[in-house]
Amino acid sequence: MAVSETVRGRAADVSANSPDGPPNRFRQAIPQYAAVSPFFILFAIFGAFPVLFSIWLSFHSWDGIGTMKWVGIEQYSYLLTDPSFWKSITNTLIIWVISTVPMLALALVIANALHNATRFRTFYRIAYFIPNITSVVAVTMVFGSIFSNNFGLLNAFLQSVGLDKIEWLSQPWGIKVAIASIVAWRWTGYNAIIFLAGLQAISSDIYEAARVDGASPRQMFWRITVPLLRPVILFTAVTSTIGGLQIFTESQVLFGSSGAIGGPGDGGLTIVSYLYDSAFGKNQFGYGAAIGWALFILIVLFSVINWRLIGGNDDERLTSRAARRVQRKIAAERAGAGQADADAGKEHADAH
Amino acid sequence: MRTERIRTVVGHVVLMLGVVVSIFPFYWMLVMASNTTPDIFAYPPKLVIGSHLFENMGHVLDNIDFFGAMLLTLVASLGVTVLVLFFDSLAAFAFAKYEFPGRDLLFGLLLATFMIPTQLALVPQFVTLAEFGWIGSLKALIIPGAANAFGIFWMRQYAKGAIPDELISAAKVDGAGFFRQYLTVGLPVLRPGLAFLGIFTFINVWNDYLWPLIVMTDPNKLTLQVALQQLNGVYGTDYSMVMAGALMSVIPLIGVFIIGGRHFIADIAAGAMKF
Repeated sequence: MAVSETVRGRAADVSANSPDGPPNRFRQAIPQYAAVSPFFILFAIFGAFPVLFSIWLSFHSWDGIGTMKWVGIEQYSYLLTDPSFWKSITNTLIIWVISTVPMLALALVIANALHNATRFRTFYRIAYFIPNITSVVAVTMVFGSIFSNNFGLLNAFLQSVGLDKIEWLSQPWGIKVAIASIVAWRWTGYNAIIFLAGLQAISSDIYEAARVDGASPRQMFWRITVPLLRPVILFTAVTSTIGGLQIFTESQVLFGSSGAIGGPGDGGLTIVSYLYDSAFGKNQFGYGAAIGWALFILIVLFSVINWRLIGGNDDERLTSRAARRVQRKIAAERAGAGQADADAGKEHADAH
Repeated sequence: MRTERIRTVVGHVVLMLGVVVSIFPFYWMLVMASNTTPDIFAYPPKLVIGSHLFENMGHVLDNIDFFGAMLLTLVASLGVTVLVLFFDSLAAFAFAKYEFPGRDLLFGLLLATFMIPTQLALVPQFVTLAEFGWIGSLKALIIPGAANAFGIFWMRQYAKGAIPDELISAAKVDGAGFFRQYLTVGLPVLRPGLAFLGIFTFINVWNDYLWPLIVMTDPNKLTLQVALQQLNGVYGTDYSMVMAGALMSVIPLIGVFIIGGRHFIADIAAGAMKF
């Protein structure tokens, strides 16, 4: 609370003094500077400084207690030849792909269905969103039991239909499937809600016009919905990438207490779990800092790739721009009537 | 008309299937938490809710300081939420409604911090807190997260549209200083935005795992998530007790969410559309 007292004090001082003081633009703005300062102060201490310090740290060998020893680029050159590090990258990427691709595809299907549904909308939204607000720890414990080798629900089901049990949590690929299911379960509904908002922002007049021109539903989906939804798809892809590359809790809860943080065969060893284990398990702080930078580079790299892929080539961008122009034109033409429609629609949605 | 109808029905069938998948893990958590561990290990497994729920919950309370962990988590979540609401809305109010030298530069700087995933600096963050002597204390959970770029960005968008300039001018004429203008003009108008940011922040702090795992090193002062994982690690084979603990940990948030969730979901979606 000390900081807030400062803000209060300074703001009060200035408002009391400024009428007497010289009309200095900076001095007059002191209350505003004070108002925005807490974020910058906290970021400097807990964000910017640690980021810079981690560059320094990554050129050292340090166990966190003794003296820091300068080792140059040794941490990084070791990183490049460390099989566990590469394994953590492939594991993370595999989990990311097998969770994100089905998740976003399913989310689009659900968003479409939600967009067309006129009844039970609030119920659906809450039901789809609840997984996202549930703690990963609790969810992982439930999924861990569902995928459990001996008495898991999934294996009981496989047995009941005459198939063999699968040792999900003992095999590298089974572990990845289990972790990816948890991620997809938690985020599909979230992404569907985001897509839904994107769909609702597309004017129905565009579809009407396309229908008049004889477009099939399939054509409308690929030529209108997808291009106009592109910014929203980009948003979900980028957030899924950033989140996906930082997967940690799932494998830590499944295997953290087993001694090997990555589980059998290190099948669940992710980049962040390797960072955590190196720094806080083995006290290799310098190495942990170097892994952090590798993670950062990967996140930037994949965000750029997303941008290039989903940003699309120039042709497609034109399509999207043209569609947008049509949308704006129609919106402008129908401004009066459209506004009334939208309000009625909103009331309608709220009533459910 | 007929195909239209069929399409509607198919739509609802698809949506209901999705709902079943969304809800099933909660049901399964309840099934495991209310049966005995031998029942869970049996084949075929019990698929219905049993009668041992309170007994299992009792075992949780015997083995970990559940309410202590819950209280600590509640204090941390509320602490961060209150500070975030205050600092973020104050900064957003200044950014949205006032001209001052360097404003756009500062706001640009704030947006740039989005690009830096500070998790990459997990190790030096820990070292910094250790230097402060904050490891193991509530300060480590509350202070670093007390203001954030996302909240300021989001509240600024909200404040720009919601607060009429005339109200601020009127307050100035009345001789109100900046902070008074924030209290009397800004805060009341920003209330719906604060409700969203508050729930969002509270949920995030409540569910956070990696950060408290690193900084809360005192085994008597763990957050709920870390305590739950400890229960899982030590008594992993006692599934009914572990699941009773998991159930007890998710119920409060789900309650909050069902009460305040409708607007929250709309705001989350609206926030994503602004990027």
